[in-house]
Order: sequence, then C-alpha cells, then structure tokens
Amino acid sequence: MNPALAMLNVPTLVHLSPVDLVIIVFYFALVLAIGLYLKEQANTGEDFFMAGREMTAWVAGLAFLSANLGSLELMGWAGNAYKYGILAAHWYWIGAIPAMLFLALVMMPFYHICKTHSVPGYLKLRFGSGAQALSSISFAFMTVLMSGINMYAMAVVMRVVLGWDINVSILISSVTVMIYVALGGLRSAIFNEVLQFFLIWAGALLIPILGLIEAGGWTGLKAKILQNLTELHVANPGAYTHAWSTLGSFTDNPMGINWVGIVFGLGAVISMGYWTTDFLVVQRVLSAKDLRSAKLAPIIGAAFKMMVPFIVILPGLLGLALLRDPHTGSLLRLVPADLAWSKAGQAQGLHGYDEVLPLMLARYCGPGLLGLGITALIAGFMSGMAGNVSAFTTVWTYDIYGALINKNASDESKVRMGRWCTVIGVIISIGTAYLVMNAQSIMDYVQELFSFFIAPLFGTVILGMLWKRATPAAGFWGLFAGTLSSVGMYSWVKLDPSAVKYVALSSHAQDQAQNMFRALWCWLVCVIVTVVVSLVTKPKPDSELADLVYGLTPIPHEEKVSMFHSPVFWGVVVAIAFVILQIIFW
Amino acid sequence: MKVGGSLSIWFFIGISLAVNGAVIFGTGIYELLHPPEHQVVLYNLHANVWWGGILLALGLFFSLRFSPARERARLASNS
Repeated sequence: MNPALAMLNVPTLVHLSPVDLVIIVFYFALVLAIGLYLKEQANTGEDFFMAGREMTAWVAGLAFLSANLGSLELMGWAGNAYKYGILAAHWYWIGAIPAMLFLALVMMPFYHICKTHSVPGYLKLRFGSGAQALSSISFAFMTVLMSGINMYAMAVVMRVVLGWDINVSILISSVTVMIYVALGGLRSAIFNEVLQFFLIWAGALLIPILGLIEAGGWTGLKAKILQNLTELHVANPGAYTHAWSTLGSFTDNPMGINWVGIVFGLGAVISMGYWTTDFLVVQRVLSAKDLRSAKLAPIIGAAFKMMVPFIVILPGLLGLALLRDPHTGSLLRLVPADLAWSKAGQAQGLHGYDEVLPLMLARYCGPGLLGLGITALIAGFMSGMAGNVSAFTTVWTYDIYGALINKNASDESKVRMGRWCTVIGVIISIGTAYLVMNAQSIMDYVQELFSFFIAPLFGTVILGMLWKRATPAAGFWGLFAGTLSSVGMYSWVKLDPSAVKYVALSSHAQDQAQNMFRALWCWLVCVIVTVVVSLVTKPKPDSELADLVYGLTPIPHEEKVSMFHSPVFWGVVVAIAFVILQIIFW
Repeated sequence: MKVGGSLSIWFFIGISLAVNGAVIFGTGIYELLHPPEHQVVLYNLHANVWWGGILLALGLFFSLRFSPARERARLASNS
C-alpha cells in the first residue's frame, strides 16, 4: 500500500484545543498583515528582489538563518539525532560555522562590491553566460521541486501529528506564502522570516529545558541513553553522546563515517557549497545595507546556528532517553518512516524517527504551548518555502528571463515578472507536491539531485573569486564535469550497491556518509577540470576582472568602528565558542 | 529596521510574543485553578504559566520599545 494512503488511517499524535487554534490563526493573520503592509515598499526591482539593499545586519543575519530552518530541518534533524546520536550536531557545527564565517569574512566583499542580484549573476560576470545558464537553470528547477517536496512532507506531518487534511494543509500554507511574497517581495519574505525565527525558538525551546529537568541534566541524559541502548543491544551505545571521539574508524559510530568525511566532505565541501553559494541563503545577506552589515549578518547567523542543536539535536537525544510506550511502559523504539507508515507498522503502532520532535512536544506541552509548538513547525515550513520562492523568482527574472529571453526588459516589467513568478513558482510547487504524493520515490531522488549541484558550484565560485587565471571556458566545464561526476557516482551506487566501498571508502557507510564523500570527490573533479582547462585556454584580461577576483578588487575602506562593532572581532568570538563546544562534546 | 511608515519589524515581533504569551499565561492560570484530567509530563512545573509570562514580558518590552509613537519621535529627533 502506498505509505501516503496508509497514513490517512493513522491515529493522530496530538489533539489541539481551541486555545491552540487561536495561536495558529493569529500567526497566519500576522504574516498576511506584514505582507499587506509592505506592498507599497516593493515597486522597483531593487525593492522587490533585493529588499532595497537596506537591511540591518541583525535582520539580514536572522533571515539568513531562518530561511534554512525549515520544519523538515527541525523534525528531520531531531530524527537524525535519534538515529545517529550527537553526530547529527556536526551539521550545525563543523557543517555550518566555518562556512558561515568564511562567507562573512572572505567572500562577502566580492558579492557585495560587484552588486550582483544572484549567485548565477556573479558567475555571469566572472565566467560568462555559459556558467550562468547552467547554474541558474539547475537552481531554478531544483528550487521549485524542493519547495514542493517540502510542502508535501509538511502536509504529511500535519496529517500524522494533527490529523489535518493533506489538501487543506498544502493549500492554506502555500497560498499564504504566495500572497505575502507576491505583495512585498524579498522584504516581506525577510521580515516574516525574522518573525518566524522568534516563533520557532519560542515554540521549541521549552522541550529541551523540560527534557533536561526530567532526565537529570546532561549527565543524567547520557546515563539514561547508555542504559536504554545497552538494554536494546545497540552496538557502541556510548557513541551516541560523543561528537568526535568515535570518528577514528567507520565502524565505531552509528553513521558509518570517519573524521575525513566529516571534516573534508561535510566541513570543507558540502557546507561551504551550501552556505556560500546556495542563493536561497546568500540572497538574504546580499540585501544588507552596507559591507559591514553584509559581513556581520552571517556571523550573527553563525552565533545562533551554533545554538540550534539545543532545540533540534537535544530533543532527539531526549527521545532516546525518555520515550516509553504509554501502555506497556517499555522503551519506545522509533523506526524508519517507511516501516512506521506501512500497514504492518501502523498495526503495531510504530512511530518514525522524524516523529520524535512532535512526540516530545506532546509529552510536555499542554493547551497553548502545544499551539505555539505547532506554530513553530508551520513557521519553519513557511520560512523555508518563502526562501525557495523568493530565490527562484530572482534567479528566473534576472538570470533566465532577463539574460536569455528578454535582455531589454525594463525594471517595471521585471517586478511584474517577479510577482507572476511567485504565483507560478507556488503553483509548480503544489503540482510537485501532488506528484510526489503519487510517486514517493521521486522525493528521495530529487533530494539527492539537489545535492549534486552544490559541491561543484562551490568549486567554481571559489576558484573564480580567488584565482584570476580561471577562464570562462574552465568555469563552465569545471561545473559541468563536477555535476556529471556526482550524478555518475550516485548512479553507480544505485546500480551496484557494493560500489559504496569505493565511493565512500567503506562498505559500512550510511546514506549521509555517502553524500559526504560524493561531494568531496565531485568538488575535486570540478577543481581539477577547472584548473586544467584554465591552463590551456585564454584568461580574461585583468581589466574585466576588477571587483570580481581577489587581488583585483579594492576592498572599500570600512568606517572606523570600535572593536565591538567589528566583524572580525565577532568572527573570532564565534570561532572560539565553536571550538569550546567541540571540546565539551568531544 | 522599518517595515514602512513608522512601524518596525521588532514591533510586530513584540505584538506576536505578547499575544501568544498572554494566551499561554492565561491558559496556565486557568489550569492552575482547574487542573485538567489528562496532564502532560512535568505538569507540576506549570510551564505554561512561567513560559507564557516570559513571552508576555518580552513581547511587551519589544512592543513598547519599538512602538510607532516612540519610533516617530526618534525619527523626528534625528531629522
């Protein structure tokens, strides 16, 4: 039976009271009010697509982080923490912080000075229209598909957790996003993302606080996890609460990965690719009002990103320690979603990994608090979707419509196109959501596909920024070869699963470990091809690379500010806090 | 950062936190007076009372600190 259909008969996890509904309805009313209020502020292209480039560091920084804090991110990583233990926190620490600081202090000046509207726009300036077309078409296509998949997954969660109708969930949430983004453009998306950021924390923070009280603090939590996993005969139970000490060997930890995959695959390639070149997040920082704000924004985002494991990873670990079957009192063991949502799984009352956050929410939150927690999940979904839609709109309008279809488009027509694109993007997303509903396997393939583009794109952008010898032909062929090699490795493992020992260096590698190593190899392919092609083709003259490449870009003199207003100072503070966290949870 | 006119985004955030905090705090007080039949884990800590109170206080602070009247006055003094 199709899991989506099987779920229609699933008993719901929680039941909302009228007070909870008041909180949820108030949230929808407020985001629409902000969109309506901002309508008059989005008349020019700069206003609609770049929020007038007048955001403060705090607003840009919180939106930068919020656009990434989708509800799937919240529930998915809580589920991963339940499955892999504290290793999942690496996606918030080494998988984010170094890249965000690198974006702030090294890459932001180039993005800011060249006044590009998008990352593909930078590629056009640096490498020409070939690289721009390849990256913009793939980005636009994947963004709306991902938006639809997230929409479907969110509706499924609302069905499982609350018993809401899937069609109603999809329509209400997507139409709300469409209205406030179409009215106010990026400014509306950003302001709602800041609001959503606060609601996510307000709704989710109580779970770890109460969970730690119940578990007896961090020490009590570790002892309970060790006891429970030993009881369940899980291998290496101690590995679930250590972030680094079990990464010496592939077989010592639940993820089947070693430190090379985490440090180089995740820290040096995947996270650098995502946080520095994925336009969904970079667009928020490009809206900053000046260079200092643009540099501070990712640092502010990094400071809060470091704390996200408290509301995402910790609830997953608390689930390992505290969740028990309410009827038998025995340990509750969560299982993969396809098993939980199968007919047999439902007959046994099984729950999927991704349900750990709603389960913990239902455990501690009564009327009112439950409504706020559900609002946090909805807010997460809407901020992620608004991010996808506004990024798609900008890339379509500037890098596809303006660059390939109508090169003489006026500013007014671009704004009009942007509003229509928002509507069309949402409609395509809804269509994708229904497509996925009828063919679940598409979801896995598209999510994998999305990761194919990120790592090589980072290789192309970073070489373009730091190496003036990189040529336009090399930019295109490096990106193309890197993407092709990623698809090739993925297909190889799909056709012959034993190939995982070559791609991920270990036959024990789980999905996440495979992603890390595939990203590392395809980034290397991109860099090697870019370098080799550059050496045999003609570079652009220096005069055409001004404001685009290190060494040829005069960095504007920043105003004299005190140490406490300096991006470098706060970057160092965040870096020190990051190192301390690694030592504490070693 | 202004949303437009004299309304700040922080004002909207204040309103949101204050309304949610008031509703949750009020529900918590009601539950103190009329304990529910099915209680959540750690009900004895009355999280909705103190968490609702914290959100309400934060929301009021933001709403007053970035109220339209105060923002207008600040803009007038800067110009």
